[in-house]
Amino acid sequence: MTAHPDKLSLIHCLFDGELDAANALAIEAHLRECDDCRNEFERIKSLRDLLDTDRLSEPAPEGLRDRILATLEAGAGVRPSPRSGIAAHVLNGRWASGALAGALAACLALTLGMPQLTRTDTADQLVQSHVRSLLASHLVDIPTSDRHVVKPWFNGKIDFAPPVPDLRDAGFPLIGGRLDYVDDRPVAAIVYGRRRHYINLFVRPAGGLSLSRGFAERRDGYSLARWTAGGLEFWAVSDVGADDLEAFRQAYIAHGG
Amino acid sequence: MRGGRLFRPRLVSPSRDAAGREAAQAERFRLVMLPHLDAAYSFARYLTRDSVAAEDAVQDAFLRAFRGFDGWRGDNPRAWLFAIVRHRCLDAMTARRDPLRGAEPVEAIDRDSAVAAAEPGALEDQAARRSEIAMLRGAIESLPEPFREALVLRELEELSYKDIATVTGAPIGTVMSRLARARQMLATLLLPPVSRKAQA
Repeated sequence: MTAHPDKLSLIHCLFDGELDAANALAIEAHLRECDDCRNEFERIKSLRDLLDTDRLSEPAPEGLRDRILATLEAGAGVRPSPRSGIAAHVLNGRWASGALAGALAACLALTLGMPQLTRTDTADQLVQSHVRSLLASHLVDIPTSDRHVVKPWFNGKIDFAPPVPDLRDAGFPLIGGRLDYVDDRPVAAIVYGRRRHYINLFVRPAGGLSLSRGFAERRDGYSLARWTAGGLEFWAVSDVGADDLEAFRQAYIAHGG
Repeated sequence: MRGGRLFRPRLVSPSRDAAGREAAQAERFRLVMLPHLDAAYSFARYLTRDSVAAEDAVQDAFLRAFRGFDGWRGDNPRAWLFAIVRHRCLDAMTARRDPLRGAEPVEAIDRDSAVAAAEPGALEDQAARRSEIAMLRGAIESLPEPFREALVLRELEELSYKDIATVTGAPIGTVMSRLARARQMLATLLLPPVSRKAQA
């Protein structure tokens, strides 16, 4: 098999990206010199290429999702509101299954209460973007605490320039930046930390319909704060408390945001 | 004034507040956990090697996960959910231990098809590709536990070693050696022998 059985787990760890820099460096140097171990590494790679996740994963059978949702409703003793029904469907990407009632409700709501719904819808989307960014291990496209790196990174990706102040002294270290989509338009997502939590700050050009005054609210356990400045609209979303988010908003504005 | 403001909401509808919190919790569960349904089913399918058992186990697991959602600490939701799915699967398999579903016959059949389909150049058309997928799945299913679950969690579900340790309740060192062993077993089934490769 291999001339260095003691290196075997390290080779697998290297392949899986589970090694720290020092160990990775050492084992990479060893792979350059040892044919046996390099072959082992290549074999793991060939195997990975064969095991294409998309083809080998088995999607849940039709109907299982609906049955689980029904069980949850029975278990929780609450019926989901039409909004949550839609949200769940949007998130699952399964529009076809039983979304008719939700779609009808959405159409009705659109005709009846346009401005109000636009705000509500956006807030929902932002909370979901925030949740997704934490779940999918896709918090940032560009991980850096250097604001001089984040700001230029947005150039060419979006047609506006979001301010990226350094708020470390205020207790909100910069984590990085990410491109996200809200209301079918690209928005800048700037990620700041707060102790062990994250704050997603979504920035986009202020639209004609948008409210000029800011507001803060809590939704599904997440805090939202919205404000506008310099023709831009800012939405901060996080699971930190409303106080922390307000402190963040003030710090951001005070530092030129 | 201040006291009145604090007092009023409780006076209006104490039950509606509780229901609202419950609904918010239910929606949060749907947002956080339901996106992992396909992955959970796939994992259960490979563990139980039975689509009906997998479906039952996943449905049961989601209900239990929902009841215990308060216990979720906010770390990787997939790992947390998978640990519950795995328990449901193990329970289901102990409950109906079927002697006809042992690993041996499956392995024997799939080793043949694995060798046959591993020849390069035979995968041109759709039918061959479908049978290749069936062959690959069969090869994975033929791995004995606990190596199969380590391999599926890493290669198909793309969990980190730490998360695999969380799901399976094994130390990380054990996860590492199981994964290495599982890959070696699978490579023997699916890849040309080492000597041929070394010469190539």
